[in-house]
Amino acid sequence: MDGSSFVFPNDSHVAWSIMIVLYPYITGLVAGAFIVSSLYHVFHQEVLRPVARLALVKALCFCAFATVPLLLHLHHPERAFNIMITPSATSAMSGFGIIYSLYMLLLVVEVWLVFRADIVARARSARGPSGLLYRILSFGDREITKESQAADAWLIRALSIVGIPAACVLHGYVGFLFGAVKANPWWSTALMPVIFLASAVVSGIAALIVLYLFMSWRRNVTPDAACVRSLSRYLWSSLIIAVSLEMLELVHMAYEAGAEWHVLSTLLTERLAVSYGVVQVLIGSLCPFVLLLLAIHPRRNPKMMMPLSGLASVLILVQVFAMRWNVVVGGQLFSKSFRGFVEFPLSIGGREGLIAAAVVLTLPLIALWVAGRLLPLWSADESCRT
Amino acid sequence: MNFGLNILNNSAGGCGSGNSASDGCGDHGACGGCREAPPERSRRDFLKRATTIAFGSFSLTLLPVSSGGAAEQQASALACGASSATGVSGAAAVKEKEVLYGFLVDTEKCVGAGKCLTACRVENNVPEGYSRTWVERFVHFKDGRVQVDLVPETGYAGSDIPAINPDLVERAYFAPKLCNQCVDAPCNQVCPVHAAFTSPEGIELVDPDRCIGCAYCVQACPYGVRFINPDTGIADKCTWCYHRIQRDEQPACVEACPVGARVFGRLDDPESEISKRIAKIPTSVLKEHLGTHPKLRYIGITGEVN
Repeated sequence: MDGSSFVFPNDSHVAWSIMIVLYPYITGLVAGAFIVSSLYHVFHQEVLRPVARLALVKALCFCAFATVPLLLHLHHPERAFNIMITPSATSAMSGFGIIYSLYMLLLVVEVWLVFRADIVARARSARGPSGLLYRILSFGDREITKESQAADAWLIRALSIVGIPAACVLHGYVGFLFGAVKANPWWSTALMPVIFLASAVVSGIAALIVLYLFMSWRRNVTPDAACVRSLSRYLWSSLIIAVSLEMLELVHMAYEAGAEWHVLSTLLTERLAVSYGVVQVLIGSLCPFVLLLLAIHPRRNPKMMMPLSGLASVLILVQVFAMRWNVVVGGQLFSKSFRGFVEFPLSIGGREGLIAAAVVLTLPLIALWVAGRLLPLWSADESCRT
Repeated sequence: MNFGLNILNNSAGGCGSGNSASDGCGDHGACGGCREAPPERSRRDFLKRATTIAFGSFSLTLLPVSSGGAAEQQASALACGASSATGVSGAAAVKEKEVLYGFLVDTEKCVGAGKCLTACRVENNVPEGYSRTWVERFVHFKDGRVQVDLVPETGYAGSDIPAINPDLVERAYFAPKLCNQCVDAPCNQVCPVHAAFTSPEGIELVDPDRCIGCAYCVQACPYGVRFINPDTGIADKCTWCYHRIQRDEQPACVEACPVGARVFGRLDDPESEISKRIAKIPTSVLKEHLGTHPKLRYIGITGEVN
């Protein structure tokens, strides 16, 4: 840095706020949850049956609010539909509208098909406003035949198969948005989409474990130990892949030591020392790795395994948020002059403040609570475990 | 001003100053100082037309909003908008004959007066805290340190910038910055809604009626030229005073420069001053490795200017 700190005048204004951190975080939770649901529907992982419905509904609830942070970030949200009306073929971002809409549609249809039998049954039995809602959702059907059930199962499997690459595209594409910015050496790497995808799977599974354990505790139901153990194994494997990719990117940058490495190394060791070194690597990656290793041991007592998995999952959710933060905010903390750093003003209030961010993260959980009141998220055989 | 010392001693080596590029280097791009001529129009036309045809077809079949002739319409609209914004009446029509503009910054002439900065801010109503153009001062000390800072809009006279002892300085110069008007502009590429577009004259502009304020272009610009205007919420940038050049006037910064350090003109006219100077003097562009092919060229800068 030659002892001189110099920032381009316009670089002192950080353009992408915490809302752009939340967006990939939320879509990651969606993609990860959907992949767990597909493990059950496509790959017949029966052990995941207790969380298969929760995973799917969770994916829908988070996907439904994935655009909220973007709308809060846009300076002209009233023109948001321009991205679909006049998309630019050269822009990585313009694919968002189509990819998101198709994926949302897929999720809605799959959730409807999964719950169709329950909706039809309730349309027959329920009275009052909720009965009306079920009758609307059943589209007039009052009976589920074996043939229609078979057709539903086929469609669910087909949608799950299509949904796996769609989920990968939805989130890999978010990584591409950053990876394709050649102006920014912290972002510009072909690994970025893969890193985002791997961390999406990690965060999706972790959130599912946390939700499952929490909701089971709230319902006074013992969580299925085999299911949690299986989820923890998937989580552990995914964590290894995700962290390996993140470290690979970093080691590659450091070893290559390109023209901008002097800025990036200062960024890592000074500006992101806590959020990267401590939170993302130490607390968010290393600790969960050890905790999950302990949790998934075949002879581990379920009463011990579940808290270990739960704690590891919470830490991983923090890790993935830190990773998004370090990418999005970290990439804006240095000037394109590569001679100086800027401050990121995180406000409490306002459209892009901390409170708004907390509300955005809470909305999908409220939606999930509502969905849980309307639809049977848990399989019928589970209640006997109380 | 404490800077009467050897500001301009950084003559570019290797090319033979005073010769034409071909005389000095042989092939275009054979040395770092001499760059190839801006990509020819035929390639740009081809790409532009191919994109227009592709999008025209797509829009006509699927979309209610037509994009046909959008560049010209948008350019006219922007010319109107900029004129009204700066208090100049009358919208200039897009020229019938296509021209290709270029911009040359001669760091060997710039004295850091700051007149260009004020002229730009006034002309384009640039909000405080943001800049469409700025001037960087590079001071190379004898001990190897390099100090870079911003030239104040009022110039150094009366500013609180501490004076530098000339005895400690090996060389120093000023590097004015503005939009590079890249031929392969990343800002244009990433705009998801066609708000960023290229005028028929090769100027990168923003359609204020289409911009959604996502700031992707701000991130994509390698030169830090774009910003989100806090007053309008849309992407803002240097347009080389497009509304002025539509009226055959020079950009405000060029007009205000007291020493002729900023040269604007037609690259497709071999008799224009910019064409003659580019032909005679080695020039270079910023961050060439990124492949953006800027139409803004510099005389007398070395690698530390980015």
